[in-house]
Amino acid sequence: MAEERINAEQVQHVAGLAKLAFTPDELGTFTGQLEKIIGMFEELSTVDTTDVPATMRLSDDTLGENNLRPDKAVKSDEALRQALLANAPEKANGLIKVPAIIDESGDGE
Amino acid sequence: MTYFDQDLTSLHADLVAKKLTAVDLAKTTFVNMKQVDPELGAFLALNEDAALKRAAEIDAKGIDPDNVLAGIPVAVKDNIVTKGLTTTAASKMLEHFVPVYDATVVEKLYASDAVIVGKNNMDEFAMGGSTENSALKLTHNPWDVSRVPGGSSGGSAVAVASGQVPVAFGSDTGGSIRQPAAFNGVVGMKPTYGRVSRWGLIAFASSLDQIGPLTRTVKDNAAALNVIAGYDQHDGTASKRAVPDFTAGLDGDIKGMKIGLPKEYMDEGIDPKVRAVIKDAVKKFEELGATVEEVSLPHSRYGVSAYYIIASSEASSNLQRFDGIRYGFRAEDVKNLEDVYVRSRSEGFGDEVKRRIMLGTFSLSAGYYDAYFHKAGQVRTLIIDDFKRVFDKYDMIMGPVTPTPAFKIGDEISDPITMYMNDVLTIPVNLAGLPGMSVPAGFADGLPVGLQLIGKRFDESTLYKAGYAFEQATDFHNQTPKVGGAN
Repeated sequence: MAEERINAEQVQHVAGLAKLAFTPDELGTFTGQLEKIIGMFEELSTVDTTDVPATMRLSDDTLGENNLRPDKAVKSDEALRQALLANAPEKANGLIKVPAIIDESGDGE
Repeated sequence: MTYFDQDLTSLHADLVAKKLTAVDLAKTTFVNMKQVDPELGAFLALNEDAALKRAAEIDAKGIDPDNVLAGIPVAVKDNIVTKGLTTTAASKMLEHFVPVYDATVVEKLYASDAVIVGKNNMDEFAMGGSTENSALKLTHNPWDVSRVPGGSSGGSAVAVASGQVPVAFGSDTGGSIRQPAAFNGVVGMKPTYGRVSRWGLIAFASSLDQIGPLTRTVKDNAAALNVIAGYDQHDGTASKRAVPDFTAGLDGDIKGMKIGLPKEYMDEGIDPKVRAVIKDAVKKFEELGATVEEVSLPHSRYGVSAYYIIASSEASSNLQRFDGIRYGFRAEDVKNLEDVYVRSRSEGFGDEVKRRIMLGTFSLSAGYYDAYFHKAGQVRTLIIDDFKRVFDKYDMIMGPVTPTPAFKIGDEISDPITMYMNDVLTIPVNLAGLPGMSVPAGFADGLPVGLQLIGKRFDESTLYKAGYAFEQATDFHNQTPKVGGAN
């Protein structure tokens, strides 16, 4: 790993992937904090993990490899539909309303 | 009646004998909550009308003598979804979110006739160790209101410690039940990964999250876990293993129990006053006939780094769903779809949540995956192996829950690494999927100190047995905090 662990440009790139935006001030603060935290992570490079498998999830031997319930549609009622819609930020005609997907800002982005 | 001089067993006996009704209990509870909580901030929402209605229904059909939670007021952390009752995860993102279903744990509570009286404050999306990351409220420690209650289940721990409810349910991803339990002098259990269904728990890190109870006594805790444990077809990781009666082995007899005390849990990084309390606890266990020997968990020191990579990576994926479209916060005056996503997330999430999303996205991104995410998974394996080696020879592991007692509000919030180090003794337990419990073990400068008991997978019973023996041989669980305690 390079001496510079993460710079503002990389933080900006990661923010783009994460669908987050930062003001210039926030970008400075976050870059400094992430730099320190990622610096702490580097202690892991001192651990010898040759031939050690990675644990990504914990399984229990009472469960099979594919412990899934049958993929069967369950019909819900109108009350549930209304309760779900009630949580939508904007709605129209019983549907969830979103801004136009085609950009109308005219800035070409 | 107060929850300081009665436990679940005696309350249940009174309810069955009709010396007390569920409605009486609920009414008294709300009167007390309204007196005590304004100073503490344990609750984000009270569920008064529905709770009183429910209590009346339970009285009408009669208290089930086999059901220890029947008619008992309980509180639930606000990242556990409750149908029709606002569930916020203490985030602006979900400030007005009303779930359309109940978490499995909540279904089980209703099925056992428990009465849900309110939703507890927490760190936003369970990310934090002080409840200061709540976007909605500040919670205070009832032993010293200038101090944090711990987190992320800070509201749940305070609700129990201040005598507002006898039982609360929290969640623990890296210590979020055990650390606030320790800071507030109550009993908190993080069950084995897979023991309790995560269905309806707003996901933070899915390979680590687990729901568990916080109570004033060990026996109450065991009784509460009995109710919520077990297989659930809605959670692909919920174990099919039979659930034992966790109250069964509580007889105070721990003669011959073999306990390991990790030297890494008693080194100079731990406040000497905390170490002194734990040394006294070791002596007590020896007096009770257990043997306590020094052991080593050599990779536990890498737990914090491995955890903040793994948990943040899982969080960055889990929190993608908050996009401002179907539910939750949507930014105003957005001009296109990308704008909805970016502005809603940037305005809806607090700084710690953003930090974790950034860390996770970074750890998973091209060029860094192997050095961070994969490496952390390998270190996780080594941590699991450390525990396995100790459990070949020992029945249980003990040590402190936290390096220090509760710190001052405002002291650590601006320094993420200092805050993360609070979890150094609890994180390895989550990474290995083991059960871990905090039991009140004494005081340092008037602040509670927790003893952590760590067990083999699915062996919560040994922790309850040992915790009960220790509790009965000491008086720490009978001490009451400044706020709430004088009632």
